[in-house]
Amino acid sequence: MNLRVRTPVAAGVAIAAGMFVLVSLFVPGFEDLRNRVLNWAILLAALALLLGMVNLLTVHLERVRSRQQPLYSAVLIIALLATFGITVWEGSQGVTAAWIFNNIQVPIEASLMAVLAISLTLAAARLLHFRKDLMSIVFAVALFVLLLGSGPLFGIDLPFFTGTLGPYVTQFLSTGAMRGLLIGVALGTVLTGLRILIGADRPYGG
Amino acid sequence: MSIPPLYVIGLALTLLILFALFGKSTRRTIRTIKAFRELRRTIELSVEDGSRLQISLGGGGLLGAESAAAFAGLSLLRQVANIAADSDQPPVATTGDGMLLLLAQDTLRHTYRRLDISDQYHLRLARATGLTPFSYAAGTLPLILDRSVSASALVGSFGEEVGLITAASQQAGAFSLGGSGTMNGQALLFGSAQEPLIGEEVFATGAYMDAGAAHQASLRAQDVLRWLIIIALMLTALSPLFSGLL
Repeated sequence: MNLRVRTPVAAGVAIAAGMFVLVSLFVPGFEDLRNRVLNWAILLAALALLLGMVNLLTVHLERVRSRQQPLYSAVLIIALLATFGITVWEGSQGVTAAWIFNNIQVPIEASLMAVLAISLTLAAARLLHFRKDLMSIVFAVALFVLLLGSGPLFGIDLPFFTGTLGPYVTQFLSTGAMRGLLIGVALGTVLTGLRILIGADRPYGG
Repeated sequence: MSIPPLYVIGLALTLLILFALFGKSTRRTIRTIKAFRELRRTIELSVEDGSRLQISLGGGGLLGAESAAAFAGLSLLRQVANIAADSDQPPVATTGDGMLLLLAQDTLRHTYRRLDISDQYHLRLARATGLTPFSYAAGTLPLILDRSVSASALVGSFGEEVGLITAASQQAGAFSLGGSGTMNGQALLFGSAQEPLIGEEVFATGAYMDAGAAHQASLRAQDVLRWLIIIALMLTALSPLFSGLL
């Protein structure tokens, strides 16, 4: 069956839902209906998560079939199906599901975070090698000052960095710069939202 | 004194509509952003040499403020697909969110249909490589380290995990462009992506990649609003000086 929702219908539903939620934030009396619409969105997101899982499964099944690093994909498929089955059987608060999360998922993600620290330092050093502009130098100097100012390093305390320069950079320079960036991001977010709300930009139905 | 959010939204909407309606008649050039210039060049090169482009949309989802950066990523995906869909190695989109995956597949499907090459489209061109931030990054790495990928464009909502993706791009010798709606992501991308997008540049993606008049109007409205905020900040900072004179 090929179910195809026509673009004007999809656009109409999206614009109406978006406009309603926006207006209900400023007009009192629509809180219940707004929460209901938002709950529908959360339900749809949960369903989409399941579809994402199916997509992940099909991509790795294909990799096994075409023998592209099949071992890794096979491990992923077995782990995914086992975890999914156990969680459906026991519920998300089940003992085994919690054990899997705390003893497999969390340590692996923590290890990746540790790998990230090393790979990022290498990437930044490599980048400075071929992006030699003023902002890269400012970035490197700020990073160096912050590292020295973050606390005693190998037992050596540098009061000028930990007490004066470090706090000055974090409390004044970086806070000011971050607020500037946040204003830009907020403006971009508002205008992107409005573009979608008025249907000028449709990331659905082409 | 605070300005009610409704006024800001109303002003932004008015500017957006005005620029969309009347902006076409006025000729205006936008400043060059090196990242987009390099991306265009890389897309053309990848079409010529038959290498693959990888678009990372992040795992931010669509239910919060982070969705705006994801929509910018979808605009980029559509434009890249428009140029490179019928190349030997069509672009691949990766995401860490189910809803974003559906939108990425929809974007690609419609682009292929518009280009009349629907037979070349398949669902695996948009992939969910992992459904938590680090599993998403881990799932994206093999794709980037695959020697056929010549460029990675990361536009969406990213956290610390983006560092793993950009480091892998560097290792593979691939071009990397990165922009995120989050501060953590932006800081990491500045330090590790070949061409980072800073602040609101992420949301200018559509305008710089010729995604349509609405994106141009949006960029112009964004510029006007930014100048209004700068003027307001300056006046607020200088107001004690004036009040002393009066």
